[in-house]
Order: sequence, then structure tokens, then C-alpha cells
Amino acid sequence: MKLTVEGLNSHYGPAHILFDIGFEVGEGEVVALLGRNGAGKSTTFRSIVGLVAQRTGRIMFEGKDVSAKPTHEIVREGLGYVPEERRIFTDLTVEENLEVGKQPKRPNAPHWTREKLFALFPNLGEMKNRPGGRMSGGEQQMLTIARTLMGNPSLVLLDEPSEGLSPKIVEQMVDAILTMKKEGVSIVVSEQNLHFARLISDRAYIIERGRICFGGTMAELDARPDIRDAHLSL
Amino acid sequence: MAFYVVQFLTGLASAASLFLVASGLSIIFGVTRIVNFAHGAFYMIGAYIAFTLTERLSGAFGFWGGIVLAAIAVALIGVLVEMVLLRRIYHAPELFQLLATFGLTLMVEDLVVLIWGPDDLVGRRAPGFKGAIDFFGQNIPSYDLFLIVLGPVVLGILWLLFQRTRWGVLVRAATQDRDMVAALGVNQKWLFTSVFAVGVFLAALGGALQIPRDAVHHAMDLRIIVEVFVVVVIGGLGSIVGAFVAAVLVSELNAFGILIFPKISIILVFLVMAVVLIVRPWGLFGKPEAPARKTPGLTVNPWRPLTQNERLMALAALVIAATLPLFAGNYALTVGSEIAIFVIFAVSLHFLMSVGGLASFGHAAYFGLGAYGVAFLAKMAGLPMIVCLLLGPLLGCMGAAVFGFFAVQLSGVYFAMLTLAFAQIVWSIAFQWVSVTGGDNGILGVWPEKWAASPSHFYWLALGVATLVTIALRAMVFSPFGYALRATRDSLLRTEAIGINAKRIQWTAFVIAGTTAGIGGALFAYLKGSVFPDNLGISLSVDALVMVLLGGVETVSGAVIGAIVYKALNIWLVSQTDLSKLVLGGFIMLIVVVFPKGIVGMLEMLAQRRRKASPPGSPLLAKPIESAE
Repeated sequence: MKLTVEGLNSHYGPAHILFDIGFEVGEGEVVALLGRNGAGKSTTFRSIVGLVAQRTGRIMFEGKDVSAKPTHEIVREGLGYVPEERRIFTDLTVEENLEVGKQPKRPNAPHWTREKLFALFPNLGEMKNRPGGRMSGGEQQMLTIARTLMGNPSLVLLDEPSEGLSPKIVEQMVDAILTMKKEGVSIVVSEQNLHFARLISDRAYIIERGRICFGGTMAELDARPDIRDAHLSL
Repeated sequence: MAFYVVQFLTGLASAASLFLVASGLSIIFGVTRIVNFAHGAFYMIGAYIAFTLTERLSGAFGFWGGIVLAAIAVALIGVLVEMVLLRRIYHAPELFQLLATFGLTLMVEDLVVLIWGPDDLVGRRAPGFKGAIDFFGQNIPSYDLFLIVLGPVVLGILWLLFQRTRWGVLVRAATQDRDMVAALGVNQKWLFTSVFAVGVFLAALGGALQIPRDAVHHAMDLRIIVEVFVVVVIGGLGSIVGAFVAAVLVSELNAFGILIFPKISIILVFLVMAVVLIVRPWGLFGKPEAPARKTPGLTVNPWRPLTQNERLMALAALVIAATLPLFAGNYALTVGSEIAIFVIFAVSLHFLMSVGGLASFGHAAYFGLGAYGVAFLAKMAGLPMIVCLLLGPLLGCMGAAVFGFFAVQLSGVYFAMLTLAFAQIVWSIAFQWVSVTGGDNGILGVWPEKWAASPSHFYWLALGVATLVTIALRAMVFSPFGYALRATRDSLLRTEAIGINAKRIQWTAFVIAGTTAGIGGALFAYLKGSVFPDNLGISLSVDALVMVLLGGVETVSGAVIGAIVYKALNIWLVSQTDLSKLVLGGFIMLIVVVFPKGIVGMLEMLAQRRRKASPPGSPLLAKPIESAE
């Protein structure tokens, strides 16, 4: 297994947010984490990379327990994270944003260069010196993915990549994710949009009120319209 | 005309050091979010070490090498401080960080006297820059010209460092969103340490470069830190260009202010700062900051009024305190009066800081104004004591009304820096305006009238006023005004959204706190029989902060306990050792690192733990709320 999460519990102050979250991601797999707004998708990702201070549970990445490590060490193991709010550095240019994400080559992961990323996201190549703050939402979303790929991750946590994007950009996003998959990057993508998830994912988990309530292949999910209707707003 | 040009050039030369120190402070703040109060101390150590090195090493190489070596040595000290002290408190509220670095400053002040002695040290002249250049009959020291060139050169080097290196890109990224930088695999720890080293290097270099111009002495840290705070408030915290422009502006205002208001030249700087704050509260080159998410008073346990039992206990404590004159001697009663006065001072700051979330670093200004108010009324107008006691605090009230108006336009560290700068300005006026305030000699002979003259009577007076003030402020915490004030503390935006004029509420709280502090100051003037500029000095402001912190910021009654414990300890310490600042500084750092919740906070936590027998959720109560996103 590429990534195994077991018994993950997270708190924000006195509020208990995640309850015994567990799921697995295989080598080269694209797994969707589906759920409504506030179901706990983002918190799950933030907990995995160590951005939530109060969490317990076990996170195994490539056979190593990374749950006690600080954020930057988890990321340096090759576990990339693309946050939902994009969080690009608005004062930095596109190239500088990519520079921040740069990490050494990794033997078991595809190696990304600026040129390769500009080929994947042609829009970015046309605005290398533009400050991040003066880009459209879609361009920012591409930049945040490209920035994480500069770290040559073998697995990427993609938090709601289609959120708030126009249909045309969403198409580009699907292509980009499929290219990443083809290159051999394992991906966990959180989504509210079942249609988008279906285009890219091999398997799916559904999270509701901080608990995993379904796990299976996309076909298995399609065979259970009751679950789909109960936990996902369509 | 030539005279004005020379004056202008002198201003530019002074700006160089100021810029170095201010840019260092700005860089450190940008990344670590710590306002490094000890920055002035590093500046001072830089000057002292440079003095020693340039005395020992000979020749031109010895001089310039000594300057650079001194800056590097201090940067290494800075690295040590960052790793040992600051790393433990990055996640603490801003206030704690300011206090910890202030504790460090106190220690350094005593240490440099221990090492280098209390006398001013006059350093070597810079080789190659010993002479002066004649400019239409006016002399310009050539070293000044060197500094004038150096300023823009350093600005250029810093610009290249931040724009053209990976380190610079990472620092700029971390300035904006340090969690995201970590989430991209960058080790924040070393980034922070290196940034701190660079910032401290700049401060120390600024100090070292001053030795050919100025004598080195052990109070230069406070003077520079106040100027630096003014510079970064005007220029915008986090902006290096802003630091440069503001350093030039402030230095020129100082250079020409002397000509216009020779007695109170600092007024001019203050006026400019006030104008900048009205037009651009975040400084000329700064960016408006998002409302702070964490506030010092944020607590998981909502405050509640005292229970019947607790009220009885408080009453019993008061009765015991009131019987002190029956068995204690005069000295103990005088100490008791002083403690009661400091309870007033501490609860007034607590009201502003814990209830209002506004941590003032210059609260002594209003305490001192109250004291001066009494002194003016008693000595100049010859009014009776009771009238003086009632009217004297009005000077504190007026001061708080004027300064508070500007201060509440800002929040967080800006607020802290601004209140500190205001207090220092009031201090400077009291110090420089000799004809009115008596300057350093103060105003003597402010003695209480017969009815309050005996130590026991004065003690009862102080205790009575302290009790009334404490009850009044407590009642206010649980009044509608108190609810509104706590709302502004917890979320300014939401408060405004429900129709509360948040700035006016905060301003009112500032004035209430300032007036109350003034009441304490008024009593203090009568207790000591005199008033000095020190009554509004920085160290007194920090005393108040430590009292509140020691008692526990997040508690309602902490300030009273904190004031009693701290003041008693302080009086005892001063009687025991000459190195009271060293001990006190160490003590402050210890509280911040080991007991961040203060005495009362710790007791409450223990009580809670006993009540709940530790269910799995209870450790959470010990931590401040993280904002849920």
C-alpha cells in the first residue's frame, strides 16, 4: 500500500472533528474522498500532513509510520499536499512560487521540471513573471498543483481541485490529473462533485460528519444509489 | 543655507543605523511574527563588542574587521537565543513573545554593566574617515558621508538577497504563509533561525557602526528600540523599503525638530506618526493586516461572576488585609500601600488587555500622568488633597483619550508598539520640559494632608480605593459594555456586523483603563511625596504587564494576585541584590516559557483537573483554541 490511514482522530480545540478515519491508497491509484461541505475532507488531508496539531492515529506512507513527524518531513518523504484554499504566495511570481515547492529528485517518483509543468499547464508558461495575486482562480489552482509537483511527490493529496472553476478549466484539470496518474503519481482527491470524481478515480470513500461510511470501487458506488443519495448532494 | 544642508546630511547619516536596526526588526517580524523587543539589546551588544574588538585589534583592518566580527558574534548570540528561547514560544500569543524578549532586554542591561561597567565608553574614530569636509564654512564629518552612502548600499544588498536567492524567495513566501511553506517541505525551524540571525546581524551592525559617532552606554537599547518602533509603524512592519524611507523621515524630523522645538523635539515625530496612522494605519509601505485570529484573552472557559462562596472568601481576604495596621509596622504599611496602588494599576491594564484584548506596552504613561496631574494641582494650584485626588487622574484620562484614539485604530503588535511609543513620548516630555515638569529632578514635596498622613491611614485609603476600583471594573466586565468589549476582543468583524461601533467601545475601554491607572498614579504621588519621569517609564509599563501575566491573562481575578505577588517579590528583590533587572528578566522569561497561564490560571487548571478526573478531552482545556477552518 502507498498510504494507509488508521484510526485517525482530530480535534480543533474542544471540537472533535474526525472519528476513526481509515482508508488505503494503492500504488499508482487515484482514490476519491467524497463528502459534503464540512464533512471533514479538508481536515483529513490537513491531519495527514501534520497541519492539525491535535490528532491521534496511524499514518503509514510507503511502509513508514509518519504520524509523529513534523509537516515538512512528511512532505519530504514524497507526500505532496495541495490545499483547498490554494494558498499561493500572492506576492511571489509564478516562477518564484514554483521555486518554493522545489525539492530534490526522488527515485520512486516522476521528476518534474518547470518546462514539464509549463507543458502540463500551458497557461502558467505564458505568465512566468506574473505575481500570484494577479491570476484568475483557475490559473491559481493550476499553479498550486504545479507548485506541489515541483517537490516530486510520489503521492498527492488534492483538496477539491474543481471547486469554483469554470467547466472549461475543470476539463483541463481532469486532463492534468490523468497525466499525473499516467506518470505514476498516486492521488487522493477530495470532491463534492461526483461527476468529476468519476472521470478520474479508481475507487472512492465517502466521508460524512467526520466518519468514513463507504469504501469501494466506482462501480460499487454506482450500484448503491441509496448511499450516494444519502451522503452526497447531487 | 549651508547650515540646513549640513543638518540634513547629519539626519541622513543618523538614518543609516536606524534603517539597519529597523530593517532587521521588520525581517524578523515578517517571518516569525515576533516583535523582537530585544532588538535594541542586540544593537547595544553590537556596539559594546565592537568597542572592545576595535580597541584590541589595530589598524584599519582591525577597525573594520572588528565591526563586522562584532556583528557576526552578536548574530551567533541571536541564533542561540532563537533556538533556546523563541522556539518554545512561536505558538504563544504575541504578547508573551514581546514579554519574553523584553525579559531578555532587562537581563542584557544588567549584563553589559557587569561586563563593561556603568560608564560611557568612547570608541575609536574610523580609519580613513577621521576628518571633516568643509561645506561653505560648515563641517561635515567624513564618517557621516560614509554612513549616508552605506544606507542605500545595504538596502540594495537586502533587495538582491530577497529577490535573487532561493533563501530570499522562501523568506518572502514564509512572510505570507508559513504553514504553506512547511507544507511544501521547507524546514521552518532553520528558516526562522537564519532569518533571526540576519535580523540580529543588521541590528548589531547598526550598533557597531555608531561607535565613531556616539558614546556606548547601557541605556542605548531603549532609546533605539522606541525610535525603531516609530520607524516601523510609519514605514510599515515587514517592508524593508518602508523601513528605509521612514528611517530617513524620522531622522530628518529629529534633525530639524531640534531647531523648531528645541525643548520637545520628539513632538514633531509624534505628529507625523499620528498623521500617517490616520491616513494609512498599516504604515506607508505596509499592507493592511488580516484581523488577528488569536487574541491573548481567548479562553475555553467562559468567564462567570464570583459565586457566593468566592465572594465571601474575597471579603474575608479584604477584612484580613484591613487589619494589617493593627499588627504591622510602618515599613510594612508603606509596602502594603504600594502594593494596593499597584493592584489598581494592574487591574486597569488587565481590563484593557484581558477584557479588551488590547495589550498596551505603555500603560505607565497614564499612571504617570495621574501622578503629574496631582503634583501640578497640589504644587502649582495648591488645591486640597481630596480635590487633587479627584482631579489629578483626569490628566491620565485626557492622555488616554488622545493617545487611545490613535492606538485603537490598530491592533495586535502594532497596538503594542504604538502604545509603547506614546508612553516614551510622554516620558520624553516629562524629561525634557524642565521648566514645567522639573525634568529629571521631578516635582518634590507632594505630601498628603494630615488626615491621610499616617502610614495606617494612607494604607486604608489605598486599600479602600483599590477595592472600589477592582469591584467597579469587575462589575463592568459583566455589564453590557463588558459584553460588547469582550465581543470586540473575540471577533472584531462579527462585532461590527451586529451593529456595535467596535472602535468606540475599544476607545472607551482605553480611556477607562487610562483613568483608572491615573487614580493609581495619583495615590502613588502622595505615597512617595514626589513625581519623577520614571513614573511613566517603560519599566513601569512592563511591571504592569508582568503582574497581569503572572496572575494569568485569561482569568478575571489574576491581576490582583499577580500585582500582590510581583510587587512584594520586586520590593524584596531590590532590597537583596543590585542585579534586580537580571533576576527579573530571567523570572519573566521563566513565567512565559513554563507558566504561560499564570498563577491563577494554573490554580484553575488544577481545580478543573481534580473536578473532572481527567477525561480524554481535558488536556484540551489547557490549550488555546485553534481556529477551526
